Amino acid sequence: MADWEPVAAIAAKVQSGELKAVDLVEKSLAEIAAGEEFKAIIAVTADRARERAKAVDGGENKGRLAGVPFIAKDNFLVFGADATAASNILKGFDPVYQSTAIEKLEAEGAICVAKANLDAFAHGSSTENSDFFTTLNPHDKTRVPGGSSGGSAVSVALGFAPFALGTDTGGSIRLPASFTGTVGFKPTYGSVSRSGVVAMASSTDVIGPITRTVEDAELVFDVMAGVDELDSTTIERDRDGFVSEPLDVKGKKVGVVKEYMGDGMQPGVREQVEKAIEALKNAGAEVEEISLPSLPLALAVYYIICPAEVSSNLSRYDGQRYAYSYSDAKDLNESYMGTRERGFGKEAKRRIMTGTYVLSSGYYDAYYKKAQTVRTKLIKEFEAAFEKVDFLVGPTAPMTAFKIGENADDPLQMYLTDIMTVAVNLTGSPAISIPCGESEGLPVGLQLMAAQKADRELLAFADATERILK
Amino acid sequence: MLHLAALARIQLSDDEVDEFSDELSEILQYVEMLSNVDVTGLEPTNQVTGLTNVMRNDTVKDYGYKPADLLENVPAVQDNQIKVKRMIG
Repeated sequence: MADWEPVAAIAAKVQSGELKAVDLVEKSLAEIAAGEEFKAIIAVTADRARERAKAVDGGENKGRLAGVPFIAKDNFLVFGADATAASNILKGFDPVYQSTAIEKLEAEGAICVAKANLDAFAHGSSTENSDFFTTLNPHDKTRVPGGSSGGSAVSVALGFAPFALGTDTGGSIRLPASFTGTVGFKPTYGSVSRSGVVAMASSTDVIGPITRTVEDAELVFDVMAGVDELDSTTIERDRDGFVSEPLDVKGKKVGVVKEYMGDGMQPGVREQVEKAIEALKNAGAEVEEISLPSLPLALAVYYIICPAEVSSNLSRYDGQRYAYSYSDAKDLNESYMGTRERGFGKEAKRRIMTGTYVLSSGYYDAYYKKAQTVRTKLIKEFEAAFEKVDFLVGPTAPMTAFKIGENADDPLQMYLTDIMTVAVNLTGSPAISIPCGESEGLPVGLQLMAAQKADRELLAFADATERILK
Repeated sequence: MLHLAALARIQLSDDEVDEFSDELSEILQYVEMLSNVDVTGLEPTNQVTGLTNVMRNDTVKDYGYKPADLLENVPAVQDNQIKVKRMIG
């Protein structure tokens, strides 16, 4: 497995000429080839990556990420490979423009080398819903890597590249980070432009980095964040940026989320999370228990809002404007019906049906509107909590990586893996999963959360916590 | 379920109709926990960071694309336009 220096150090060496971008790209491509059995990658963008590396070595874009290879989840539009979102319906979709996030990374000299596997359209927690194949967990090949950004997390865990991009709608960055022993950051809603990224649930979708360290996450996020006229939900960057020194946890008020520490957590996960909380206490943090009584409702709220928005976003895949089209239809309606029947996998269909139901006339108030109102209640409880404490802490998931096939036949059981991650998607607040030990040889993730727009502080706190736990 | 499938413009197999009907009931049963939650005085949240009406000037901007570039992924094109099957049977 490849070792990579911190991202900032690699870029500095490429800037000075000590390292060559072309060599870094070759190293990354070689690692991808060596780790093929884990099925983390859908396509490599080798030709374009080599071209870009030559340009960087020649002095172009020699910025803060000069020559640093990275891997993008396959729901990002990147030149040099189809953007499939691991779905059959988007097979052969050749992007004519790139995601804003990719453009920003490239402007600083980063080089995309490959596209990573995911649950099709990011619908899932294991990559088992990919229309192509399931990615394997590097810690145990009979287990899932988590999802939906499973390919991205495995790429980083195996050292294919120093960082990867994911998207997080209900936990899709943090869960695979937790299952693979990597760092996964879900920023405040609106921090990074989603232009050029396949939409899932637009009121909760965010883009974030998966890295080996918090320090790397800070830099990558700092490059991507900011207002973009192509995504009207984007918010202003933090005035001071997101790269900072780890903060001193001494005297910081840290709330342990009561509802996340209840029954249903695997004993090994509890042990590691409690140990991490103890370590924070020993470092001088003022730890107290915080209750957010509506948290047990978060998953129910999410599983109304998410399919509703999914059914709306997936309506654009009609076979007329791009990608797969059912050609034997005799009229337009049959073309729609046949394209969507053949192009969508089971989970996409399931969510479209659920979403269509909760949005349909007569049910809208009882389901969608009610869910959006309970969402307000949850937001208010988070706001109240962050008046008392600086950060919240708990596990990222109640379990370690589960076996491939274990939850595949039970959608509700699969949805329950997101039980500790979805709340902050609904409130829009930032959260990060960092490794905190192992249980029976499998990584455990510690989730740290902060108030909306306190991303800089959260990253500095996570940086400090990571160092304390090492 | 067939009505929903027609609304969503998806052809479902008989097996899928049965399967999704069962699963939808199960999911609806799970979200039932929301029905008794007291939300008196609360408004629904549609936008979490509080942005409203993000405006821009209504002007044409040249992004440098040619129509042919943008039509590259279209299944059927005629005279720079998207060609679809007939709408009335």
